[in-house]
Amino acid sequence: MNLDLSWMAWTWPTAAFFGTVFLLLCGMAAWEYASPGGNPRIGVLRFETTRGDRLFLSLLGSAFIHLAWLGLVGPNLWWALALSVVYAIGVFRYV
Amino acid sequence: MEKTWNNKAWFLVLPVLVLVASSAVIPLMTVVNYSVQDTFGNNVFFWAGTEWFEELLSSDRFWEAMVRNLIFSFIILIIEVPLGIFIALNMPKKGWGVPVCLVLMALPLLIPWNVVGTIWQVFGRNDIGLLGYYVNALGIDYNYVQDPIDAWVTVIIMDVWHWTSLVVLLCYAGLVSIPDAFYQAAKIDGASRWAVFRYIQLPKMQRVLLIAVLLRFMDSFMIYTEPFVVTGGGPGNSTTFLSIDLVKTALGQFDLGPAAAMSLVYFLIILLLSWVFYTVMTNYDAER
Repeated sequence: MNLDLSWMAWTWPTAAFFGTVFLLLCGMAAWEYASPGGNPRIGVLRFETTRGDRLFLSLLGSAFIHLAWLGLVGPNLWWALALSVVYAIGVFRYV
Repeated sequence: MEKTWNNKAWFLVLPVLVLVASSAVIPLMTVVNYSVQDTFGNNVFFWAGTEWFEELLSSDRFWEAMVRNLIFSFIILIIEVPLGIFIALNMPKKGWGVPVCLVLMALPLLIPWNVVGTIWQVFGRNDIGLLGYYVNALGIDYNYVQDPIDAWVTVIIMDVWHWTSLVVLLCYAGLVSIPDAFYQAAKIDGASRWAVFRYIQLPKMQRVLLIAVLLRFMDSFMIYTEPFVVTGGGPGNSTTFLSIDLVKTALGQFDLGPAAAMSLVYFLIILLLSWVFYTVMTNYDAER
């Protein structure tokens, strides 16, 4: 069977992006296996969040950080990536 | 630690996983791929990087459509949710009136979206439409083809007519699930009609209201068919919502790259707003 996926127009950068998201999800699954329960807690947002919620907030926030950087600063996104990593660490630490 | 559940049950989730992957995840991945490339058809793509996102974020057309969409969703929610609660509260709870009301409420929901658009397109016309003809006969200058405000009023009334039933049915389901004991206790305490609504009916409806608000927000934010059939996004661009703009870009102009970038930004905004709605309402529930 010849599975033609050319219509999906894969590129190396987008494959790397989805690979990273997939690895993150695998990492979260492994974390959950090692320490079940999702580590629920009440952080700065004053409501209960689990590890999954914190990952969701990190990814969603990172997407908006990148968009804001593109719209307000310019196309060089390395600083936006660095800011997103700092933001994600902050979310996992304090939210 | 002893396991208290059976992990084999995960295999039962596999069909759903396959279905969601083929209907949502794979198309979404494809949209991401398209958003960083340009194409002239024939499966030939050229790397464009973040160019489409930059173009989109500096485009007045996009932000204007976004503002129109947010205003539309806001108006829809502040009309449909209170109206839906009001109708549900006044629907009969027993007797022959129940099936009659339920069927009447379900009717607009059963009509295909493009048919709803066609009905209102004809209904609002000045020459042959019942609404358009009589509103003009009353001396009100109404013409949804030429006047942006009339076009907005028509699209909003059409949406209220089409979708308030959904809110009604969800609220009604919440109301009939309240045990009689609550009402009896309220009667013994001498509670007013307002107190019964505020402290018994509204809290008991909260979960279904959450679903209603989420569904109506997402549906109204993604509205396409009805306004497209009635106004085609006009007059001018006055009723061009994000989805109409998106389809014009993707299918009308065949600009797949810019359309994919627009889709992703649109998707992220819907995801964020839905998360905010969901979190606020579920935490309000938990606090209670």
